[in-house]
Amino acid sequence: MRTRVAMPVQPADRRRKNFSEVALGYTREQAVTEARRCLACKNKPCVAGCPVGIDIPSFVAKIAEEDFDGAYDILRASTQLPAVCGRVCPQETQCEAQCVRGIRGEAVAIGSLERFIADDHARKGGNFPSDRNSGGRKIAVIGSGPAGLSCAGVLCDQGYDVTVLEALHEPGGVLTYGIPEFRLPKKIVAREIDLLARHGVKIRTNEVVGKTILVEELFANGYEAVFIGSGAGLPRFLDVPGENLKGVYSANEYLTRINLMKANEEGSSTPVYRGKRTLVFGGGNVAMDAARCARRMGSEVTVVYRRSEKDLPARAEEVLHAKEEGIEFLCLANPVRFYGDDNGYVAGAILQEMMEGPKDADGRSKPIPLYDSAFSFDADMVVVAVGTMPNPILTSATHGLATDKRGVIRAEEESGKTSLDGVFAGGDAVTGAATVILAMSAGKRAAYAINRYLRDKETDK
Amino acid sequence: MYRILRKEILNPQVIRMAILAPAVARKAQPGQFVILRTYRNGERIPLTIADYDREEGSVTIIFQKVGATTEELARISEGECIPDFVGPLGRPTETDGLRNVVIVAGGVGSAIAYPMAKKLAEQGTNVRTITGYRSRDLVILEKEFRACSDEYHLVTDDGSAGNKGLVTDALRTILQSGDPIDQVIAIGPLVMMKFVCQLTRELGVKTIVSMNPVMIDGTGMCGGCRLTVGGKTRFACVDGPEFDGNEVDFPEAISRASMYRELERGEHEKTCRLFAQGGEIALCKQ
Repeated sequence: MRTRVAMPVQPADRRRKNFSEVALGYTREQAVTEARRCLACKNKPCVAGCPVGIDIPSFVAKIAEEDFDGAYDILRASTQLPAVCGRVCPQETQCEAQCVRGIRGEAVAIGSLERFIADDHARKGGNFPSDRNSGGRKIAVIGSGPAGLSCAGVLCDQGYDVTVLEALHEPGGVLTYGIPEFRLPKKIVAREIDLLARHGVKIRTNEVVGKTILVEELFANGYEAVFIGSGAGLPRFLDVPGENLKGVYSANEYLTRINLMKANEEGSSTPVYRGKRTLVFGGGNVAMDAARCARRMGSEVTVVYRRSEKDLPARAEEVLHAKEEGIEFLCLANPVRFYGDDNGYVAGAILQEMMEGPKDADGRSKPIPLYDSAFSFDADMVVVAVGTMPNPILTSATHGLATDKRGVIRAEEESGKTSLDGVFAGGDAVTGAATVILAMSAGKRAAYAINRYLRDKETDK
Repeated sequence: MYRILRKEILNPQVIRMAILAPAVARKAQPGQFVILRTYRNGERIPLTIADYDREEGSVTIIFQKVGATTEELARISEGECIPDFVGPLGRPTETDGLRNVVIVAGGVGSAIAYPMAKKLAEQGTNVRTITGYRSRDLVILEKEFRACSDEYHLVTDDGSAGNKGLVTDALRTILQSGDPIDQVIAIGPLVMMKFVCQLTRELGVKTIVSMNPVMIDGTGMCGGCRLTVGGKTRFACVDGPEFDGNEVDFPEAISRASMYRELERGEHEKTCRLFAQGGEIALCKQ
């Protein structure tokens, strides 16, 4: 009982050659066995660790009773995207970190159980919640990523007429263009979005708010409130010479070519460069995703991170999976410049060793370059995954929408209220690059705030 | 779905299409672009807006058959639809306060230059236009440019239409004539823009160029369209597509534009080989 039921996975030597999902999911028996490890603590510490406040012990108890539909209903009451959360949440730092089982053994595998229930619901064809989006007051949601979908779903539950506007040709935001197939299959994302659409959420693609239509025009068109969940924005680069050589990608571009445009598949007309020796810069989940995609495209891959390995911000599981797939890690190293071949393609990087300096505000050691430690590392492809900067399109086209000095939208933490009346915001557009679940949590809180705002507006009349 | 309202072949390589996209037409301005796909799973390609009709709800694009997607777009007939058409993207051309402008356009770039010439003419700017093509059968929009230009120069590489020579020859003559020129706007192949900028830098004339690099989303997310302007990395989709030509690192932009050329050639050859050998390959595999 001290150890959890292990999640079955595709063997590393097989999966590094395909894009199929790594984790295979619990069987019925495995799920029930794992659920019975839950101690059903009265004070529910795990719930406090969940950004969207799922009633974890109750849904786990339903699994233990083999009432999977009952478990789904409990999940769905708090999260709009259970199949997604069960796969990509950093549970080890959230709900599972609070689990009492974890004190003397392994925490209950809450994420794996959530995933099991969502997939079980899908396998059975799912009992779709009925269409509640009828004749209610109109709300526009900008962006169909985790923040927007979560906000739209909750508002739809409350009977509003919700329209989601998406700039790309497919909905899903980072779930579609960013997170790779082997971690989050696109048919799972499509199904979750389809569920919301059947629920009544309207989704319009190919509309860039700030370009195709302005926020003020949404109000003029009868929308009474607007939620901005437009995501993280422009990729940050390393700002070293040679970064614009051919074969140097931002992680956003590399992942979008593969995940959204399917450049890895036969028959896609979107090209993607296939390196033989790839360097990935950065240590977050996005860096892991890029590295593991490159591996699957047939490249040798080394992740270069400027801090020490213990500081890697990626989920522990992603780092482990990456290593199992043969990806190497070069920590405490930083690029000085890239060099190219005669045709302008990248041929490698000059790196320098770093050492751990004094601790900075967030408790991590600040990396300092080690004198005279530069060395060269040949590579024919580079992916830069060092975060993002705010996207100016929407903020510059929306008069009166306040941003902070970084350029992200200013919004109240709890409600998502912005400087404009009736305009709310949440997710990466407010926080800068963060996680799927934090964006979902912000979208959900904003939905409650929008509901209060519209009710108050009604009573004021 | 976005319907092709009209299709017109301007020359063997270049096609004009008016596409029904009321939301895009409502906002479109000269200098901006759209991104489209020709079929589901197709590539996203950026094309600059050549004209728009807000009343009809249409946006006009003019494109040259240069790759798989433009070849395919050229095969779509009037009345048929394409699945995706998004815009208007990028920043519009800044035309305020311009009194005397020279527009230099090369090849299919003249399709983008035309709405600017028209807008400048409408606001009373003195417009001199130089358009350059390889030969007579590639000349487009001659009538339209004549109608909105105070002075129009047509040059071709082989002299089969207008004067034989390069656009830079005609530009040098105008810039050295002593007439005051506020700004040159150069739109066309990267190499042409590079040489125009070399000349105008030498003569100290401000020059705006329109860049059309590889991009995916067109909203700043991918960073594939980055270029170096004044020593800084800029994104053509959100910071451009127009930049101060005298600050653009053209050798880098020219190199980046060729990133997928080898790949595309490989794909093309693969397809050709398949066609050449007919169904035999499939049979052999079985």
